[in-house]
Parts: sequence; C-alpha cells; structure tokens
Amino acid sequence: MIRVVLPEHLRRLAQVDGEVRLQLGGPVTQRSVLDAVEAAFPMLRGTIRDHGTQRRRSFVRFFGCGQDLSHESPDAPLPDAIAAGAEPFLVVGAMAGG
Amino acid sequence: MSEVRVLVGTRKGAFVLTSDAKRDRWDICGPHFAGWEIYHVKGSPVEPNRLYASQSSGWFGQVIQCSNDGGKTWEPVGNQFAYDGVPGTHQWYDGTQHPWEFKRVWHLEPSLTDAETVYAGVEDAALFRSADGGRTWHELPGLRAAKGHLWQPGAGGMCVHTVVEDPSDPERLFIAISAAGVFRTDDAGKTWRPVNSGLKSKYELPDPNAEVGHCVHRIAMHPSRPSVLFMQKHWDVMRSDDAGESWREVSGNLPTDFGFPIAVHAHEPETIYVVPIKSDSEHYPPEGKLRVYRSRTGGDEWEALTKGLPQRDCYVNVLRDAMAVDSLDSCGLYFGTTGGQVYASVDAGDTWAPIVRDLPAVLSVEVQTLS
Repeated sequence: MIRVVLPEHLRRLAQVDGEVRLQLGGPVTQRSVLDAVEAAFPMLRGTIRDHGTQRRRSFVRFFGCGQDLSHESPDAPLPDAIAAGAEPFLVVGAMAGG
Repeated sequence: MSEVRVLVGTRKGAFVLTSDAKRDRWDICGPHFAGWEIYHVKGSPVEPNRLYASQSSGWFGQVIQCSNDGGKTWEPVGNQFAYDGVPGTHQWYDGTQHPWEFKRVWHLEPSLTDAETVYAGVEDAALFRSADGGRTWHELPGLRAAKGHLWQPGAGGMCVHTVVEDPSDPERLFIAISAAGVFRTDDAGKTWRPVNSGLKSKYELPDPNAEVGHCVHRIAMHPSRPSVLFMQKHWDVMRSDDAGESWREVSGNLPTDFGFPIAVHAHEPETIYVVPIKSDSEHYPPEGKLRVYRSRTGGDEWEALTKGLPQRDCYVNVLRDAMAVDSLDSCGLYFGTTGGQVYASVDAGDTWAPIVRDLPAVLSVEVQTLS
C-alpha cells in the first residue's frame, strides 16, 4: 500500500483527510503513483501535472525519505521505503512567498 | 419576496452575500475555495441556482467549480482547456512571436438560454464553450483566426475578459480582449471579426486607429437594446450604436477617462456607470476620493456619486469584472475594491453603504435578483 500526502489545498479539493492510501499493481514510480492518485480523485487532474504534457507543475514538489524527488525521472523507481509503504510520498506546494 | 445574491470573487476565495429586497441586512457566506484566486463567479439566467466559479492558483492551476444550490455546495467539473489544433503564436512583449499557453479562466458567461452551456474567456486569449455543465470544454478557434498573431498581452496578461451575449440573436456574441480589442461573431462562434473602428490608442499603439491591439477593459449592454454597447477602454469611455461597427468617445466631463468596469442601469438603457481611476500607472481614484460617475444620457454628461463612499485617503482600485447591477424596481448597484470592500447602492447610485469591508482584494462581483 502506497501512502501519499497531498497539500492542504488539494486535500480539500479531493475531500480527503490525512494520507491517501493506494494499491499499485506494477512498478512504483512518480508516474504510477500520480496516475493512481488521479484515477482515485479525478478532480486532481491538471493540478499536480499539466493536462497536456503530464509534466509536474512548476510550483509543485515531490519529497520522500528526506529527499527532493522533484527532478527525478517520472519513470524512475521511487525509494524502497515509499514502495513498501513505510514512508509517504509527499506532494508539496513549493515555497513561493515573498 | 425577492432576494438578492451577490457573488464575489477575491484573491483568496469566493463569498456569497445575500439579502432580502430591502438590501439593508446582509448574510456573508465564505470563504469558499479558501486560499485560491477566484477570478469570476456567475449564475445561470436559466437556472439561477446553477453557479459556475473559476478557481485558480499559481501552484495548482485551474479548477472550475459548479453549484446547483446557489453556492451552498460545489462540485469540481472539467478543467482541461486545450487549444484547438496547433495553437500557434501571438505577439510577445518584445515583438517576437510567443506560443499560446493556457494560464487561467478570467470570465465565465453562462448561456442566456441553456443552463448546461457556459462560455469561458481565458488567458492566453481564447474562448471556450462547454455544453455539458462545464465537464468538457472546446475552443471556438475562429476567434484566434481573427488576426490573433497580432494580439499582445497587456500588463495583466492577454485574456478574454468579457463575453456579452445578444439576447435578441443567439448567433451573436461579443468578446473583449486585453490587448486586442472587441470581436463579434454572427454565427455562434464559428467566425469572428474585429469591431474596433473608432477606437483610438494614441499612446499605446504606433497606429492609433489600428484594427486590433486596443486595450479594451470592459464592454456592457442593456438587454433591451443589444446594438448599443458601452466600453471602458484603457483610456476613453466609448459607445457604439451599431453593434460595434463604429465607436465614439463619450468621456465628456469625467475627471479621468481611465478605468476598468462599466455597467448599465437595469431599467434605464441610457444610464451608465464608471469608476474613474487616475491613470494607467496610478490605479486608484483621483484625489483619493472614491467616486462612481453616472451618466443619464448614455455618456458625455457625467455626475459624481459620492454619498457614503470615502472622500479622502482612498487608494483602492475597482477591477473590470467587479461592478454589477440588480434588477429590482429601485435598481441596486454593487462594486468591490482591491481593498476588500463591497459597496452597495439601493437607489441607483445616489447613496452607498458597504456590505462588507475587509474581504481579500475583490476580483469580481456579479449579482442575481431572485424571486
């Protein structure tokens, strides 16, 4: 079971509290995790990744196991601890204050 | 007993303000979509409890929300705005060509005849239509074929911010773009042409009379006279008596003819309202006095409306979609400011009082008169 933590604005949009838990069949990658998130919560399509290009939106970051995974390939395997559900995959609104 | 519902979009959420027909006690509900920019909220004239809202964020992009109970509950609907075919390019600030990129929905205009049909004016400038209550969106690409390669962004971006439907002709629509001008379709959006003859932009364009490129801020129409249009341009207040074929200036005795919104009285087609702003770089009222100006002659002759509005030290702006009227017998007029105040007048502008003073910066105000 994969654990995903969404930022507050997206939790409210998806009407979920706390972590999202998802069962994935195949390899655990950014793409497969986000595909599963969007399948479970279609209202999140376009809010994490661009509709057309499927690229991460500029002010969204992906963290996990104390690392910034934002710039990793979307098809690279995520750390074992995330794949095993021991650690969550964090979707984060980037710091953009002033 | 009639009721008035004021739909307010702000930088940090939407608010729904309701009152009975006396309009002296208001219930404030919100923020809805807290923390998101709400560029526009508007109700269907066919089913008034059907509302559409444009919700956007620099982090998470565009969401469209729909309500079927007058704003008590909301459901996210479709948010995919894909330009038709290869999007092409438009003119960029430096004169080069720049690819069309969707940024946000500025304006939602529900159809006058079908609650499921709604238009979305977007940045980068294009018009989309949904015929299924906002679930799917399709561009009307003929608009960008009307010299779109010559359009360029203003300081606020390049957006379709105004959509006006002709109640006497379902095939006719007007839209306005900053900074391109007014465009009209007579075949339900298949083909479009610029209707900017008479506009003059001597400080903004190398050819002051150019066919496209004018920074139109807002256009307004009274439903009983759909060939008469009023315009607040970047500078100049204008009117057309022939559905946009020609325009003439009616700024008259205004203290400044720069501004953003323009509105028409619900029952008097020649009574119009603007909020003069000092200049294109000083976006606040002249002399720190917040004044609505009213013309009862369709322009040229204007009177200042000040009772109840701050007459000193006021440096707010009133944005293009932030003024609207109700249709009660004594016409109500409403506007919101970038300082977070929403002011109402229940006597066509003679006197004013704030409904609420401390909202986030107001982006849009729409009014529904419910029976």
